[in-house]
Order: sequence, then structure tokens, then C-alpha cells
Amino acid sequence: MKILVTVKEVATVEDEFEIEGTEIAEQYLGADLNEWDDYAIEEAVQLQEDGIADEVVTVTIGPEDCEQTVRQALAKGADRAVRVWDDALEDVDLLDVNAKTEILSAVVEAEDPDLVLSGVQAGDDSFGATGVSVAENLGFQWGAVVNHLEHDFEDGLASVRRELEGGVEELTDIELPAVLTIQTGINEPRYASLRGIRQAQQKPLDVQTLADIGVDESDIETELELTDMYEPESESDATFWEGSPDETASELGDLLRDKGVAQ
Amino acid sequence: MTDVLAVADHRRGELRDVSYESITAGRQLADETGGDLHIAVISGTVDDFAAKLNRDGVDTIHTVSHGEEFNHDVYSQAITQLYDELAPQYVLTPNSVNGLDYAPAIANELDLPVVTDTVDLDNDGETLVATREMYGGKVETTTELEGDAVITIRGAEWPAAEGTGDATIEAFDADIDEDAIGSTVNGFEEVGGGDVDISEADLLVSVGRGIEEEENLDLIRDLADALGATLSSSRPIVDNGWLPKNRQVGQSGKVVTPDVYIAIGISGAVQHVAGMKGSDTIVAINTDPNAPIMDIADYAIVDDLFDVVPELIDEFDG
Repeated sequence: MKILVTVKEVATVEDEFEIEGTEIAEQYLGADLNEWDDYAIEEAVQLQEDGIADEVVTVTIGPEDCEQTVRQALAKGADRAVRVWDDALEDVDLLDVNAKTEILSAVVEAEDPDLVLSGVQAGDDSFGATGVSVAENLGFQWGAVVNHLEHDFEDGLASVRRELEGGVEELTDIELPAVLTIQTGINEPRYASLRGIRQAQQKPLDVQTLADIGVDESDIETELELTDMYEPESESDATFWEGSPDETASELGDLLRDKGVAQ
Repeated sequence: MTDVLAVADHRRGELRDVSYESITAGRQLADETGGDLHIAVISGTVDDFAAKLNRDGVDTIHTVSHGEEFNHDVYSQAITQLYDELAPQYVLTPNSVNGLDYAPAIANELDLPVVTDTVDLDNDGETLVATREMYGGKVETTTELEGDAVITIRGAEWPAAEGTGDATIEAFDADIDEDAIGSTVNGFEEVGGGDVDISEADLLVSVGRGIEEEENLDLIRDLADALGATLSSSRPIVDNGWLPKNRQVGQSGKVVTPDVYIAIGISGAVQHVAGMKGSDTIVAINTDPNAPIMDIADYAIVDDLFDVVPELIDEFDG
């Protein structure tokens, strides 16, 4: 079985920040492997260790700067990586679900995996829609918000649990090829070993342009326009206790005694 | 005319709250231009559901009788056929786990843009302005688009529709292609049972990502012991395997309503807040005065939990 994992480098924001136009000012931004994708990578690597997957390939949409994040996925055990970037993508304000679907679908078609694992959502724009959209686009089956995957694939089916609201899980069998969107907590993502980090430097990382994967620039034109970004107005009417830790702890202690919940 | 097709959410025989909220959101969108609000209710006891969904503001309810429980292929087929028949401008679905299992698919199938997890919507008949959060709620954004779209709405952002409506209820004869159904739901399981029911506690000491390391949990355990409180947590602690699932407060965990809820090192993501906002008194201990948890806290200590918690233990142990 061949597995493709979508890997995104997400922007992280410091507690204090400023907004310039429809973006957060660059000096307050960091970059990290998308948390959900970390679990997707781990699941794929475990499938490889269990002898079920023969090859794990990652695919990323992003500029050269994000190669460090891609290497992180390789260091954790993926075999090789594909990174798609293009001058045409540089100026795009908001890469919407349809644009990402076009790009990722082209890579999935070229790679022809049995299983695609993607994170439920990205920590920055949080659309939570791309995995299912890619599946529908390619005629793959799919399951959203998967928090357990059986590693036997009996009868060519992926047996999964989907994490519904309120502590309920749905037990579902999904035909392959399929896209599963992976929820946090499905496994315990490993830290890359030093050996893994060294090996990752030697693993293939193919860079492809839109033309290379056969996607026309007009296919990624978005109908969505990001028009404003602002800090939500604080609705806090909390009483802020101030003072040293022993003073604030004492205030809280008084409250708990007043409410009769602690003595 | 801005017609809206909103899709109801139900599970195991019960309509979910967001179904009534999407009537309110859908009515607001349709009202801008005097359009109609259509509701689709698919699978399960649809006649019973339709009677319940017949609230103020609904024009037509379309029932699709096929199977008992949610199946994304059935939903996708039924909704795309309803879209072809009704030609609404917006298809509105809940941003629930199931909503996210079909909304992107119908958008792709119908070649429409999709905007998920909206918390506010506005339109003038041409341009839709959707408000969404980014970066885990640190910022809000507005996104504009023209023409038809698939939109998912976050739960508890719109009030539930009330009253008794005079909607027309029609059975829609969807042509469901069984061969195109590629997944089978075999059942459901309640998780998070076990030794403790956190929803029964009067005082919850709840810990989040701010605790940093598993070893540090002992500090919070000591606090819970000193206070005679029950220990609970936000999602990342359970994801890390540091506490069992039955301790998780939030959308995918337990909903709790204790007398006092002490949130320690919990930023207050919307999924967490959904599980504890009904607490009588909420106290937040967090280094970030702008953390979303402060919006619903009654009392707050902006300080390092590793400084405050030992003092609090001393208060009660001494």
C-alpha cells in the first residue's frame, strides 16, 4: 500500500501582535508543522512499520522556506516529499479550498496512492475542508475526523472511528482508495531521532511548479476575497485579581470558601 | 432573490441544536432580499423531524427518506439534487463533524466555493460577507464572495429559531445511487466512561496545555486533592495520553456545569468553551490576559500557574 500525507507549514502567532491590512505583521509570526498533520504523518509511519504501507510520500504546497517543515516529516519516517510552488502562488492572498483541491488532486493523481491522510484542519486558516474536497474531486472515498484506524484493511476496507461531538464515535468502513482526515489524539506523534534528522537530508524532495503538475493558473483563481482582519473585541467582564501569587491565591481561596465548594 | 437551502443535523433519532440555529442564520440571509428558506432533512424519522423543524421563518421543508443515520454519500446526492431543483444561492450546513463530512464534497461536486466555520453572515443580495476566525481565534476575518456558495455555520453562534411555522412539508424523491455509496456506518460507541463522571462534580480543577509537561500534572493533582475537587482537562492533555478520555471537557468530550470551574493554563478554544460555559462561576489562571478564556471567566489571575497553584495548595493544606 502506498500512502500520501498532506503536510502544511502553518503560521503561528505570538500572544501580542499587530495586524497590517489583512495580515498579521511578519515579526509576530512563526512557522510550524501543522499539528493535525503531525498525527497524520505518525499514522502513516506506523502503517509502514506494521508492514502495511510500502511507501509514504508527503505533499506540501509552499515556498522554499517551508522545506525545514517538510524535512521534519521526512525525519519522522516519510520516504520522500513533493513540494508544489509557483510564482503564480506568491501573490495569492488566500489559497482557498478549491485552489488547494486542484493542486493536491493533481499530485494525488500522479502519485496514485491507495490512501491519503490529511489533517482535519490547518491551525492557521482552519477551513477543515480540503481533504474531503480532494476525495470528491478524484472519485476517492473519504472519512472526516478520524480518530482511530484499524491496521488490517480487511477486504480492502479502511475500518475507522469518526469522532463525533459529545463523546460519541462512529464506526465506519470505507472503501479504498480513500482520503481520511486525521484528528489529533489518534496516536502519539514521535519526535524525530537524530538519525532520522540526518537521513532526512538525503531523502528526495521534488519541487514542482503548477505547469509540472498540469494545473493551469486559471484553476487556482479564488472566488473568495479576504477583506478584513481584526482582533476580536474582548468581551471579558472578569474581575482580574492582582498582586503577588500568594495574594491572588488567597482571593481565589476566599471565593471557593464563599461558594462552599472547598474548606 | 436569495433563496437558502439549510440542511438539518440529526443523530440517533435526535435533531441537534445547530439545526434550529441554521434556521435563524438561513432566515437572516434570505430576508435581505425576500428570498425563501428551504430546509432539507435527510434520513431517519424525517416526518417527525420536519414537524419539529417547522418553526418561524421556514418556507418549505424537504424530507428525504433514505436510511436511518447519516451517510455522507446519501447526503451529498440528496443535497446536490435539491440544489438542482431549487437553485438556491446558498447551501447552509452545520460546521459539525458530519457537516464537514459532506459540505466540501457538495461544493466540489457543484463547483461552488466553500466557506467553513462562519460565526457571522451578511449579504446584500450580491455579495456575501462571512466572518470567520483564524489562528485559533486570535483574529477574526471577513471574507467576501459573490454568487452561489456552500457555507458551514458554527454551532451556538446564532440563536435557535422558535415558534411554530407554517412551512410546506414536501417529500423529495431523491434518486440515490446505491453503487456510489462507498462507506458503511456499522454503529456508534460512547467513549469516556470509567471511574469518574466529571459532569457530576461541584468543583472542577481543569488543566490545559499550559502545564507543559506530563510530570507537572502532579501539581494539579495535588491541588485537586487539597481542594477536594475533581480533576478534568482540555483536549491536548487527553490527546497526549496524560489523562483518560473521561476527563476531557469540551465539544468532543463532556459538557460540565459545576458550581466553580477553575481553568488552569487553558486558552479557551471554542471547542473547550462549548463544554464548560454553563459553569456557575469560572476562574481562569493564565499568563495571557488576551486568551479567549478571559471572555467567559468571572474571575481571572494573570500569572504563571507554577507560582499561583503552589500558593493555593498551601492555602488549603496548611
